[in-house]
Amino acid sequence: MAFIQLLSTWLIPITIAFILLYGTVKKVPTYEAFVEGGKEGIQIAFSVIPYLVGMLVSISIFRASGALDYIMNGIKPIADAIGLPAEVVPLAVVRTISGTAALGMTTDLIATYGPDSFIGRLASTIQGSTETTLYVLTVYFGAVGIKKMGDALKVGILADILSFIVSFFIVLLIFGR
Amino acid sequence: MVNLIWVAMAVVGIAFAMMSGTMNKVNEAIFQSAKEAVTISIGMISILVFWLGLMKIAEEAGLLKRLAALFKPLVRRLFPEVPPNHPALGYIVSNMVANMFGLGSAATPMGIKAMEELKKLNSHQEEASRSMITFLAINTSSITLIPATVISIRMTYGSAAPGEIIGTTLVASTISTIGAVCIDRYYYWKRTRKGGKR
Repeated sequence: MAFIQLLSTWLIPITIAFILLYGTVKKVPTYEAFVEGGKEGIQIAFSVIPYLVGMLVSISIFRASGALDYIMNGIKPIADAIGLPAEVVPLAVVRTISGTAALGMTTDLIATYGPDSFIGRLASTIQGSTETTLYVLTVYFGAVGIKKMGDALKVGILADILSFIVSFFIVLLIFGR
Repeated sequence: MVNLIWVAMAVVGIAFAMMSGTMNKVNEAIFQSAKEAVTISIGMISILVFWLGLMKIAEEAGLLKRLAALFKPLVRRLFPEVPPNHPALGYIVSNMVANMFGLGSAATPMGIKAMEELKKLNSHQEEASRSMITFLAINTSSITLIPATVISIRMTYGSAAPGEIIGTTLVASTISTIGAVCIDRYYYWKRTRKGGKR
């Protein structure tokens, strides 16, 4: 545990030092290159705005209206019937749509059922092993102005479903119910 | 499909609010989330400027090329359309490495830069290319070595072993990444079969 904490605090500063030293050794005009590269960041951030506003507003309407909760409650009995933990299935769905909502749900599940329960471990694994697909697609495609996502969304969602199923079985296998 | 999901979430939400009397909350949410989106985007400027600046040094020093060369056999197979030695590969690899270590703030700028490089190779300027779809499939299911946020939540709630989910997370994310690549390849196969379009 101590090692992991040490690693996560040291990793970024060490990476920075390494790149700076490497650049100096290779005779790169480091400061000038930094400024030149950094300029691009400003433009990228601005071009993301319309994509992110559109997506987050739509998601928030869906959440605030109570429609998301309603659907999640509808899913629970179905999940129960096929042997999946009804408490965690909503998290799997929300994880794909909204990062903040998923983090809230994970925290809630861990607080309610305990971090070392089956549900707590499964929620932790789901939260840790997938990304918020919709957010990632919005930001990455938005940053470079791609409007047609093609099959990216389908692939992303199917991968999320797979990830949930794998998480369920691996937690079951390693820790048991 | 994005259009459909986007409209459906908003329209279903508004219709639901009509019936359940949550219109007040919806109104509030619209303006709050629009504001939040702008805050997030503007907030990204700091990390984007910093990491893109730093990565520019790494690129000019040839560090990205070396990183890409290290993972060449893997990356070449995943992105057959990207010419070898193209800067996109270096950014793709650095994004993957940053993601593995849970360095989200560094991973996003590198990923965006990778997308930009991939766009230069793309003849359809507003449409996602094959490489972009593969890249995002890997990115959304990224292999995670250290799920730092989850570990800290588990600590807060008094877990006896906060780090015990590292193993399950690693296995789940690895299998789902492999799965994502297979799904991506399946859709690519379907697209090419449907008349040679990418």
